[in-house]
Amino acid sequence: MAAPLTLLLIVAVTIRAVLFRSSLAELIPERVEVVSPLNAWKRVVEGLALLDLGVSPYAGDVFHEVSPLSIPLNESNTSIHPSIMADALTAVALYLAVKDYNKTVFRKQKYALEAERYPLDCLELIRTPKEMYYIPLKVAMFYLLNPFTILSCVAKSTCGLNNAVIALFILCTVKGSSLMSAIFLALATYQSIYPLTLFAPALLYLLQRLYIPVNWQRSSFWLFTTQYTFMYLGSLCVMVCLSFFLLSSWDFLSSVYGFILSVPDLTPNIGLFWYFFAEMFEHFRLFFICVFQINVFFYTIPLSIKLKEHPIFLIFMQIAIISIFKSYPTVGDIALYMAFLPAWNHLYRFLRNIFLVSVVLLACSALFPVLWHLWIYAGSANSNFYYAITLLFNVAQILLVSDYFYAYLRREHHLTHGLYLKRKDGSEATLVLK
Amino acid sequence: MAAHRCNIFMLVFVLCGLTYVFVRADIEDTNHVKDAESVAVDIARKANIGASLRSTKTEDQTQAAEKERQWEAETNPADAPSDNKADHVHDTMQNLDSRPAPYAKDQTQEAAEEERQWEATEVKEADHVPDTMQTPDVPPPTPAKDQFQEELVIRPLHSGDIYASFQFRTMWDTDFLRGSKVSHYRLFPKSLGQVISKFSVRELHISFTQGYWRTMQWGQPFLPSPPGAELWVWFQDTVTDVDGAWKELTNVLSGIFCASLNFIDSTNTVQPSASFKPLGLGNVTDQRFLRYAVLPREIVCTENLTPWKKLLPCGSKAGLAVLMKSEKLFHSSFHSQALHFRPVCQDWKCKSTVWELRQTLNVVFDLHTSGQGKREWSLFKMFSRTLTEACPLASSSKVYVDVTDNPQGELFELSPTTPLLSQAVVLGDRRTYSVYDLTNQATFGQTRSLNMLLRWRAAESGDMLRPLLHGERYVAGYGLQTGEIHTLMYNNHPYRAFPVLLLDTVPWYLRLYIHTLTVTSKGRDNKPSYIHYQPSKDRLRPHLLEMLVQLPPNSVTEVTMQFERALLKWTEYTPDPNHGFYVGSSVISALVPSVVAMDTNSTRECPLFSSFFPCKEESSYFMRVYTEPLLVNLPTPDFSMPYNVICLTCTVVAVGYGSLYNLLTRTFQVEEPSPGLAKRLANIIRRLRGVPLL
Repeated sequence: MAAPLTLLLIVAVTIRAVLFRSSLAELIPERVEVVSPLNAWKRVVEGLALLDLGVSPYAGDVFHEVSPLSIPLNESNTSIHPSIMADALTAVALYLAVKDYNKTVFRKQKYALEAERYPLDCLELIRTPKEMYYIPLKVAMFYLLNPFTILSCVAKSTCGLNNAVIALFILCTVKGSSLMSAIFLALATYQSIYPLTLFAPALLYLLQRLYIPVNWQRSSFWLFTTQYTFMYLGSLCVMVCLSFFLLSSWDFLSSVYGFILSVPDLTPNIGLFWYFFAEMFEHFRLFFICVFQINVFFYTIPLSIKLKEHPIFLIFMQIAIISIFKSYPTVGDIALYMAFLPAWNHLYRFLRNIFLVSVVLLACSALFPVLWHLWIYAGSANSNFYYAITLLFNVAQILLVSDYFYAYLRREHHLTHGLYLKRKDGSEATLVLK
Repeated sequence: MAAHRCNIFMLVFVLCGLTYVFVRADIEDTNHVKDAESVAVDIARKANIGASLRSTKTEDQTQAAEKERQWEAETNPADAPSDNKADHVHDTMQNLDSRPAPYAKDQTQEAAEEERQWEATEVKEADHVPDTMQTPDVPPPTPAKDQFQEELVIRPLHSGDIYASFQFRTMWDTDFLRGSKVSHYRLFPKSLGQVISKFSVRELHISFTQGYWRTMQWGQPFLPSPPGAELWVWFQDTVTDVDGAWKELTNVLSGIFCASLNFIDSTNTVQPSASFKPLGLGNVTDQRFLRYAVLPREIVCTENLTPWKKLLPCGSKAGLAVLMKSEKLFHSSFHSQALHFRPVCQDWKCKSTVWELRQTLNVVFDLHTSGQGKREWSLFKMFSRTLTEACPLASSSKVYVDVTDNPQGELFELSPTTPLLSQAVVLGDRRTYSVYDLTNQATFGQTRSLNMLLRWRAAESGDMLRPLLHGERYVAGYGLQTGEIHTLMYNNHPYRAFPVLLLDTVPWYLRLYIHTLTVTSKGRDNKPSYIHYQPSKDRLRPHLLEMLVQLPPNSVTEVTMQFERALLKWTEYTPDPNHGFYVGSSVISALVPSVVAMDTNSTRECPLFSSFFPCKEESSYFMRVYTEPLLVNLPTPDFSMPYNVICLTCTVVAVGYGSLYNLLTRTFQVEEPSPGLAKRLANIIRRLRGVPLL
């Protein structure tokens, strides 16, 4: 398996290297779909230029990165840009993580089969090693060759770094290393607050791995939970303090986290926030900011309860929700959760409107630059055109995610109740949500 | 399936409905406030336009327009009670003075007040001794304590235009700041004096300018000023809350000058580190006490001129100020009125300081086109008035006409002729002037009025010396996403290089990227030796860029910087958002090498126009050049559909919420077909009868 992965990496790096040297390399970093105020490379350079002038990078409203991460980026004189390396790292991490996860899934399935827990007509739903063999490679391919990832990489967006950290977090979690998992989760949280919601699935997965049942009365459950929480908060504290000592000021807190949460920059992007808050009535602003931000964190607890047996799918759901409802989303965020889609190949037969959703996503991706051009350069359209496309794009994403969620739940249902359900009168039954 | 979808839509509709009701209810109020504001703005505009239109009619009508405008200024605070600034104005105005202020109180008193002021001063002048006897605690104002000078310089420009520059100087040896409250005002305007002592102002420079000074055609002005309003103030180092003082001061000045200086807030105020050093005496150069702001959009008109004229000791009743008829002054290519207050030396030993108040007014008349191609001008043609007397309070009152280009009288003919000639070194050039001394009765001749007349003989005037320093600015790029500001600085000196200080203030909504800054001259990179950059904070403070650049001789230095245009909240746009947003002029300050030796003794008797900027050495002189202001377009949202956007976005969020909620709270069940109506009815009856159901 190492050979195809290497080949894939070489192909991916070549594509990126070619694009870096083409004329697109100047065009792509200006695209609002690809970079946001939070992760634009231009702003990182600006922050470093400010440091050179002896001004704190957080004195202005241009730089919103956490500092220790961007400083090593400065020494990027090597021929391979860090964003390419970040992409390769993400792909490898996802590859290894999915490979390990598949092993676990397969083992579990084997035990269940041996225990004859599956109904007889569910053999169709049983996953075979043959089909699972290529899934890790497909995941890596989905990440590396996804045009969204490529664009984001060529734009040198720091989103690739965030993705790499999250991928490493998933890898460590799947491998069962709770300390590393906590550290990477803290790092991801430190970069942009939202990955905080990944705490729950990681905890669930690690508990499952250690065969500790989620039971409020069990001391072992509490012991491990406190242990993991402590590791997480401790490493988060260390990182925040490190930032403080680097510039010896707390300015970065408001400049990074305040900026993410209060959404002062209304530069158009593919998300829901910018136009909504540009058109918002002033006295409702705070209320709606709270409502919109809560959206990201709101689903964590119910999803964790519903999917407590399936933490990896929960991670996928959380990443998708973050990338839809975060305040400054870019296509790079979408690429991360889309990389997981091959891992849910077996859900394909239960997806209801995958065709429609993929067509809408494709059409929107093509229409973004067109309508942007009409609004900003040609002046023949106005902001509503671009806004309409962001709405549609987000609806499509929501439908995609909820479709996968539906399919996952439905497959689980079939695995317990049999695939071909019969009504009482013996006729073929249809399954509904009630 | 159907049920599932149905549920989603139900949820969506309910959410939408709720949001709409919520938002709608509160918006009603907002709209009321907004309407009131926009009406106020409209009225102000109309008054403005009206004033300028009517200014061509009778003076009475102009007065009426002014009254209307001033009424505006007073009622505005009442209109928007939530506006803190406006409240401030009101409060400070009341705190400042118990005397009925002529500019803010009953307008019917205004004309009378002006009259009284004028008479009162004359009375004071006449009964000098009894006046001081009545107020023994005030030191007797001897004539040396305060004095007033007025002068007018007329310079025919090479383009055929006429440049007229008025300067009025009041010097007063008093102490505005230390303990004892100054209560006895003679020549110095009381309204200003009180403001200065209340806010502990050390230096105050304010200018209102309509039009742009064309350096390449007109040469250097005596006193440069940027288009719009400019205000910079040095506070005393005893002031602790400089920002608070600045805010109140701008609001008070806004009342005094009937201008929108109350729009000066933290988003357009900067503290330049080097460009605006104090022009008067003083050793405090800590920029913490300096505030600088420009309002490039400010429109200057009659309502600003009237309060400005009222600050003069003689008002507009006597002396040179009688020439200031607004219908003529504003029918010009360039109009700039300014006020400069600063401490200066009293004598050449500089043992004591006096406060100097300079009021200047610069106008450029385009007489060439309005005079049917005839190149001649007279005072009457320019101002529709002639001079009949000097201001009786003035210790000197002079009119200078620049005759440097005309030593033998071959270029033009000036009548009446005057035997007095004066030489002065102005802006690195030695100029010759014909002087008319208005304090001398002989100047007025038989007709008791002075109407200078200048008639050109030659069709073409000689070549103009190119100004040594000159700046230009423009925005490059297309589209509404990014752009680039280009600033060009010309050094026209044939062999001398000199350093200049460039100051740029850019509003926060044009996000500058300092790493894209390039400075090139003669095709080569020119690294600035000093850069002071303060990045902007959204909705809080502007960008400030100051740098020291060496300009090579005979070269153009280009400074470029990229910026990104921000999308603002819909309430942050001006009422005409597609007109664009103004960016104030860049300021280029320099010590320019001088051809002739400059006069370093600032206290010596010399014409006022040549002595404004202090001169430290003989070989160079200080010069300030303002570039054009910029007009930049920003992307705009659709202002007509906040409700739609709120509803649609909430719908999308509701779709997300609805579908996840559905999947989270429900379970899969086998669908049982619902029995038909007849069967259900039969079952109900069977249940009642207690028989097994069907």
